Amino acid sequence: MEILLQLFNALPGSVSQGLIWGIMAIGVYITYRILDVADLTVDGSFATGGAVAVVLILNGCNLWLAMILAFVAGLIAGAITGLLHTLMGIPPILAGILTQLSLYSINLKIMGKANQSVNVNQTDLLVSLRWVKEFAFHNPLITVGVVLLILIAILYWFFGTEMGCGIRATGANLNMSRAQGINTSFNKVLGIMISNGLVAFSGAFLAQYQGFADVKMGQGAIVIGLAAVIIGEALFGKIFKNFALRLLSVAFGSIIYYIVVQAVITAGLDANLLKLLSAAIVAIFLAIPYWKRLYSEKHMQRVKGGKTNA
Amino acid sequence: MLDIVNVEKTFNPGTINEKKALNGINLHLDEGDFVTVIGGNGAGKSTMLNMIAGVYPVDCGSIIVDDVDVTRLPEYKRARYLGRVFQDPMTGTAANMQIEENLALAARRGKRRTLRPGITAKERKEYQELLKILDLGLENRLTAKVGLLSGGQRQALTLLMATLKKPKLLLLDEHTAALDPKTAKKVLDITEEIVARDNLITIMITHNMADAIRVGNRLIMMHEGRIVVDVKGEEKKKLTIEQLLQMFEESSGSKFTSDKVMLSK
Repeated sequence: MEILLQLFNALPGSVSQGLIWGIMAIGVYITYRILDVADLTVDGSFATGGAVAVVLILNGCNLWLAMILAFVAGLIAGAITGLLHTLMGIPPILAGILTQLSLYSINLKIMGKANQSVNVNQTDLLVSLRWVKEFAFHNPLITVGVVLLILIAILYWFFGTEMGCGIRATGANLNMSRAQGINTSFNKVLGIMISNGLVAFSGAFLAQYQGFADVKMGQGAIVIGLAAVIIGEALFGKIFKNFALRLLSVAFGSIIYYIVVQAVITAGLDANLLKLLSAAIVAIFLAIPYWKRLYSEKHMQRVKGGKTNA
Repeated sequence: MLDIVNVEKTFNPGTINEKKALNGINLHLDEGDFVTVIGGNGAGKSTMLNMIAGVYPVDCGSIIVDDVDVTRLPEYKRARYLGRVFQDPMTGTAANMQIEENLALAARRGKRRTLRPGITAKERKEYQELLKILDLGLENRLTAKVGLLSGGQRQALTLLMATLKKPKLLLLDEHTAALDPKTAKKVLDITEEIVARDNLITIMITHNMADAIRVGNRLIMMHEGRIVVDVKGEEKKKLTIEQLLQMFEESSGSKFTSDKVMLSK
């Protein structure tokens, strides 16, 4: 009973974090599911978003402008990975790792140190974990929730345009795309850019929410993003077919991820083991489609074998 | 109009796997020409089509489509002049996109892709009408994912996509080879219908000698990266498979060897 009460108390915080990471997970969805590329830039660009936003805010920049500039920083990071892949022929995973590593230095340079805090008492912020239980518009649940819905609406519109369809076609079938006159290299770069823009935007929210940006804040972000994508698909894949709803299910996946994390911590799991647990869960979920196929192939064999024996 | 002038291509030059795929190809096609291409394995048929489409660069020579030298253009830029259908039904369409979305992508071939809608209500109506030509029941399944279609349906759809925006040149790379005989005939019938309707310059690779003789107004045979037989007009109409094999032996100095071709005559 005690634990349930604790969990309930922590719920608004978990949901807020889930919403913020949901934006990041939608970025991962764009590369991983639409472009069919596993982009590891995100671990770096997430922190870049946080660093850019915090430094700008400390220098008195308008809050929304800081968010937009964080998004732009993410676009640039994505462009670097995209160009490493398309212009220099580096496999996408390796290209992402190279950008991610170099972003570590860049993030240090942006902030001037490894950790830069921004105090909600001294500075105006868009979101803060202090407000999660307040019954007001600046509650992060409302602010982030509304922004998330707006982003989904924009993405839904964009991926329905000629340009957006070109990105989807590039991820679906490279040969067909080129035969239909689609510049697949350009579209890969564009897709990775948009993805990292969203990831950096999410990092900018998280830095404000937790009151600091840290060079390590994006460590393992790709795993959390993938977990959210996979959980969302596993739970809502059967009912959510529309593209906007699919993006929404990724955000739900992220929220559920953070509620589960909160639950296992409240239940007494050593918080140091959290990343190990996340990685294990993602590994198993990634394996499930493969195992399913192996099983059905074996099953087919058995059925056929049975017939010839009879 | 298509002009291929002295095109050569060697794969893996300087290695043990060196393979001279095209050995000086010259070909001129005029408006309304429909040429069928036959030849054994490794004769260079697919390589020739891929060179025209720009899948990989040529070593030397030039390719000219309607007075435009496309030799140095990347594949996606040449696409504005070309309609292509591949041997593998999976290649020509995007499986996880809808039928109408695939058609809409094809309708924008050669145009800048902007922030305008990827498909409009007016287009949906047009596609419905176009799909009726195929007579495969696809006109009522516009929003179905292409991955749900059979190989024959996908090839027919690819053909429609290739010709949706009238191409200067239609390239068919054994596009009926992966289909069962009945479906293959259906797809070939649709092909002839569309080519005649739009008066398209067409190059069709086939392994079926009877088809190669019956369809189109010109026939070429390839061997070791060269065009060794070239028959046109009246002469082609009267051609028999035996004559064709004899012509091949005379001009290439070797027996025609391709199990696939022989078995399907």
